[in-house]
Amino acid sequence: MSSSVTILDRLNVLDRRWIFLAMALAVAAPILLGIGSDESPSPPTKRLFDRLEELPEGSRILMAIDFDPNSAAELSPMALAFTRHCCLRRHKIYFVTTWGTGVPLLDATIKTVVQSEFGRGDRPYQYGIDYVNLGFVAGDAVAISQLTSDIRKARSQDMQGTSLDSLPVMNDVVSLQDMQLLITPSAGFPGAKEWVQYAGTPYKIPLAAGCTGVQSTQLFPYYPDQLVGLVTGIRGANEYESMLASKYPVPYAEMSKRPASLRGGPQRWAHRLMISLIVLGNAIHFANRYRRSSHS
Amino acid sequence: MNRETTIWTLLFIVGGLSLAYHVQSSERGVGQQFVIPVEIAGRVDAATGVIVPLGAGESTEGEGVIKGVRYDKAGRETSQAVYSLSRTIGVWVAAILTLCVFSYLYRDNPFYKLVESIIVGVSAGYWIVQYGWTVLVSKVLVKLSPDLARYAFLPETPVDAKPEYLYLIPVILGCLIFCRLIPKAAWLGRWPLAFIVGTTAGLKLILFLNADFVRQIRSTILPLVVLSTNASGGSDFDWKQSIQNLVIVVSVLSSLTYFYFSVEHKGWVGRISRVGIWVLMISFGASFALTVMGRITLLTMRLQFLFDDWLGLVRM
Repeated sequence: MSSSVTILDRLNVLDRRWIFLAMALAVAAPILLGIGSDESPSPPTKRLFDRLEELPEGSRILMAIDFDPNSAAELSPMALAFTRHCCLRRHKIYFVTTWGTGVPLLDATIKTVVQSEFGRGDRPYQYGIDYVNLGFVAGDAVAISQLTSDIRKARSQDMQGTSLDSLPVMNDVVSLQDMQLLITPSAGFPGAKEWVQYAGTPYKIPLAAGCTGVQSTQLFPYYPDQLVGLVTGIRGANEYESMLASKYPVPYAEMSKRPASLRGGPQRWAHRLMISLIVLGNAIHFANRYRRSSHS
Repeated sequence: MNRETTIWTLLFIVGGLSLAYHVQSSERGVGQQFVIPVEIAGRVDAATGVIVPLGAGESTEGEGVIKGVRYDKAGRETSQAVYSLSRTIGVWVAAILTLCVFSYLYRDNPFYKLVESIIVGVSAGYWIVQYGWTVLVSKVLVKLSPDLARYAFLPETPVDAKPEYLYLIPVILGCLIFCRLIPKAAWLGRWPLAFIVGTTAGLKLILFLNADFVRQIRSTILPLVVLSTNASGGSDFDWKQSIQNLVIVVSVLSSLTYFYFSVEHKGWVGRISRVGIWVLMISFGASFALTVMGRITLLTMRLQFLFDDWLGLVRM
């Protein structure tokens, strides 16, 4: 009896730094041991994947990289996976960001996928012909509205200062209404919600979104009527990567090309720890309540 | 020194010693970054003005060929890899700043405060430059004085571009905002704010009504009994979709009842609003769980950086 009381007393005053340490170990161990995970696709993720598969080669896809380094851990793997899929299907990609701090992440996505993986070989992806970097468009949600009515009014030059009129990829493209699909891995404002309000719904442009876990409960009401697909958090990114790996095993089955799958292992162990801590916390709460009632 | 402090001090000492040992013994080197120089060559396309990579088998010595070097990240063991001092410094700075932020978990300290101040300062500077270039140069100057923009900043500005003086209106309105800093002329600063509030409210109202209000109501009008066509052309009861639709309709109606305060929450209204509370609690729980998932991913990303790029313990 006295030993159980001692344990309860110790747990009541447990230094929270032990919990931080336990969480650090739960995340660090799978990274050091190289434990990843695969996820079976959920319908919102699969629907986007299928849509990109069905679109004919050369379809115009706008990729809006609307996030910053704060949410890159969740959204960067998504952006890489979406871009890879577009390149594999030989779609024309129009990169843009409505976040000033999204520019380096946009550049990194282009460099990692389009230039490094698809920039060589028999049919290399060529700038100005197969893809364009429109860069940062200032004006938040109004910028989306402007892009929807006339891209050149929102931005007359690309990221390097080249006039959009001189790029073949911009031929016959006036506004976002000329796109076959808009995809936005987005973190906040302006983000997927604004793309739905200012572009997707009023102009009936097919729109798909990737979002952080925190945002997903706000965006699920738009699926499936106003969003073609919705990829949520690192789990959604992992689902997308797993589908890419299964459809295009060479080279996308390799773990080095699957950052979200690599983050799946630590995620799993950290969740197990969280569930244990919640159970333990509740057990302590009820034990304290029982102790108070038995003393009074 | 109490017991907790002793334990944590020991943990830090053990951590520091293992890091020092790893620095001495690691074959990959701690934080050492290597790159491979890749020669690239292209030619300016006469029609578009864009540098296009040379085709397969095309000579790099031809006329009009532009050459350059790109540095790709590489492992130390890769042949032709060269040590990159600038990247090494970058990785060390990033690692030390990450550890300074993590130190807040132990307790508030000057290292954490320093990093906090760096983030604020760097963000402010970044935004000023970003907006200065994207708005003042790329939008305002190009529209008001294309010749000056072409000469000073953007040589690709079309030669036939004409000044569009309509852009003077937003420039004047933008300047008026600074009148708030002058007490006697502060009232002038209200005009641009009134313009922003008015246009935003108008634009938002229409778009919100369309995308959220009307479309969301339409999305909630769902059949409670869903029949799907089977292989023989007949109809089957789709129980899965029917239950899903029923849950959506009941959840929406009960949540709305909870926020309906014109009737006292007693009797059947009270019971339905109680279901609404449960629905809200479940959605808060889902939000919390998804937030935890996001935060764990952030921690994972930073630890991957420390273990891979900095310490070289794993290869991602």
